[in-house]
Amino acid sequence: MKGRGGLAAILPFLWLALFFAFPFLLVAKLSLSDTALAIPPYAPRIDWSRGLAGVRDFLAALDVETYGRLTRDRLYLDAYLSSLRIAATGTGLLLLIGYPIAYGIARCPPAVRQALVMAVVLPFWTSFLIRIYAWIAILKPAGVLNAALGALGLPPVDILNTETAVILGLVYAYLPFMVLPLYAVLEKQDESLIEAAQDLGATPLSAFWRVTFPLSIPGAAAGALLCFIPMAGEFVIPDLLGGSETLMLGRVIWTEFFANRDWPAASAVAVVLLATLVVPILLFERQQAKVLR
Amino acid sequence: MRRLLNALVLGALLAVAACSPKTAEKGQAKGGDTLRIYNWSDYIDPALLEQFTKETGIKVTYDTFDSNEVLETKVLQGGTGYDLVVPSNHNLPRYIAAGAIQPLDKKQLPGLDNLRPDLMAHMAPFDPGAAYAVPYMQGTIGIGYNVDAVAKRLPGVKIDSWKVVFDPLVLAKLKDCGVYFLDASEDMYAVALHYLGKDPNSKNPADYEAATAMLMQVRPFVRKFHSSEYIDALANGDVCIAIGYSGDVLQAKTRAEEAKNGVKVAYAIPKEGSQVWFDVFTIPKDAPNPAAAHRFIAYMLRPEIIAKASNYTQYANANAKATPLVDEAIRDDPNVYPTPEVSKRLFVTTTKDQDLLREVNRQWTRVLTGR
Repeated sequence: MKGRGGLAAILPFLWLALFFAFPFLLVAKLSLSDTALAIPPYAPRIDWSRGLAGVRDFLAALDVETYGRLTRDRLYLDAYLSSLRIAATGTGLLLLIGYPIAYGIARCPPAVRQALVMAVVLPFWTSFLIRIYAWIAILKPAGVLNAALGALGLPPVDILNTETAVILGLVYAYLPFMVLPLYAVLEKQDESLIEAAQDLGATPLSAFWRVTFPLSIPGAAAGALLCFIPMAGEFVIPDLLGGSETLMLGRVIWTEFFANRDWPAASAVAVVLLATLVVPILLFERQQAKVLR
Repeated sequence: MRRLLNALVLGALLAVAACSPKTAEKGQAKGGDTLRIYNWSDYIDPALLEQFTKETGIKVTYDTFDSNEVLETKVLQGGTGYDLVVPSNHNLPRYIAAGAIQPLDKKQLPGLDNLRPDLMAHMAPFDPGAAYAVPYMQGTIGIGYNVDAVAKRLPGVKIDSWKVVFDPLVLAKLKDCGVYFLDASEDMYAVALHYLGKDPNSKNPADYEAATAMLMQVRPFVRKFHSSEYIDALANGDVCIAIGYSGDVLQAKTRAEEAKNGVKVAYAIPKEGSQVWFDVFTIPKDAPNPAAAHRFIAYMLRPEIIAKASNYTQYANANAKATPLVDEAIRDDPNVYPTPEVSKRLFVTTTKDQDLLREVNRQWTRVLTGR
């Protein structure tokens, strides 16, 4: 990167400031406000006409009461823990399923690889909602899955509107986000490394575990990040495939925002999620980067 | 790190490509010859919109929602770009207090005197002087069920009581064929409180605790809480009983008849009584085209038009002159046009303040999640 500074270095920061820091500050500010019957439904708002005094009054009216409520009600902690559990299960399964797929694609001849990568991306050509609705048709009691099980003489399963269905939907929807980063890393690997390992007496299996796999960890980490964070806050898939007892933060935020019209509480939940999930992950990332260097 | 970055960027690009820019339409030309309506799902005959466009040259953009909560949050956020929205009566005072909707210009609404005075009296507490809203449809909350499937499991039981859905011993027998409840906290608590013999508009949290305890006992038998999925689920025979809105259940009945799938759907207003509600046309304060919204309301006030609307939605309208024009099967159905005797057992829900609303929704979350 040295010597290429200038614009190239500033752009990512501008990007971060504009699309991450600024929206985050807005949400953080909201979480310190109170609800009000107005448009938009919260107070206080900055009275710009009074200049600095308006800003000062605005700041004085902010408080952390909403956060206090989050600690007093177990609902939020329960939702948080169950979101983490579901996201972690999903990410684990994605690694187990996505790695062999990515590895297999990377091992194919270049022409086939392109077709296979295309096949991984192909589902995006259909609307996300349609694909999740398709799962409803597959999983519902009188659906495709049970018809198939019946034809095989197996007992029917009732998994629609359960956590199993949610995890299934999550794994299905996020699979490309796991496969592609892994593939990007595996595909670039120098095959002579494996040859060297084998020349030095490694079996194919130990060559994989001691050479290929360690080198692919950045891809696995990228895939896990891309999947874990959005899955923890996922709303649509649990809403469509889950039952009401599938408690996830996305649903809690929805309830605060829509049913209670309590924007501050919804914002506070979002801030806590970000602070406790994304920040440690980013710190871990930076530390990892240092180790790699 | 570089690899990680590359991988992340590739992933991010894909993610961006996957999300279609749906919001782009919103910014298009303000006002002009377009009317933007935000109404409940499955709640208008599309032919009526076409006819409106043909008569006035005004193009209609029509979006739908399935809960008052979603509508209110969007409208209170401001800048929705909608010219006409359709909230229910008990939410209206909050819209008015927040300054979210504008008073109607009654000079532009010649058909107003067609509205039934008895129904307008029901509306008066919510919209004094009928300044902000014109009723579109009215309906009740009740029980929609698959006649054959329920009869098989509850032989000889007449489905005419909240007991069927609120008594755990009865509902348990229907678990295997599918039970849906509305995911609408205020509506559900209103009928649950009423079933328990308490004031459906109670302001006492203890009453809501009692209703929550009752709902907790039946929730193990509920497959899903959702406010619109039950229409298709009933029509397809995927579920056998649902707490739902009258017209929605009757639409499920029609859909099942049209599909000729052998599913027979029926609706019942429980004998203990139930909630009656009104959905009303209102114009957001910042509507880009209030003139077009007025023209649309005036159009829907025409007896022959609103009669067609009722024929489609199977909800009663508030237009006295329209009643004789509504299909006989609908206007003579006491589940749609309640008889005076049934009307006596119907009640309206009043507006809750923020603290009570939060308490009720918190308890509702306990019901939903079962903990």
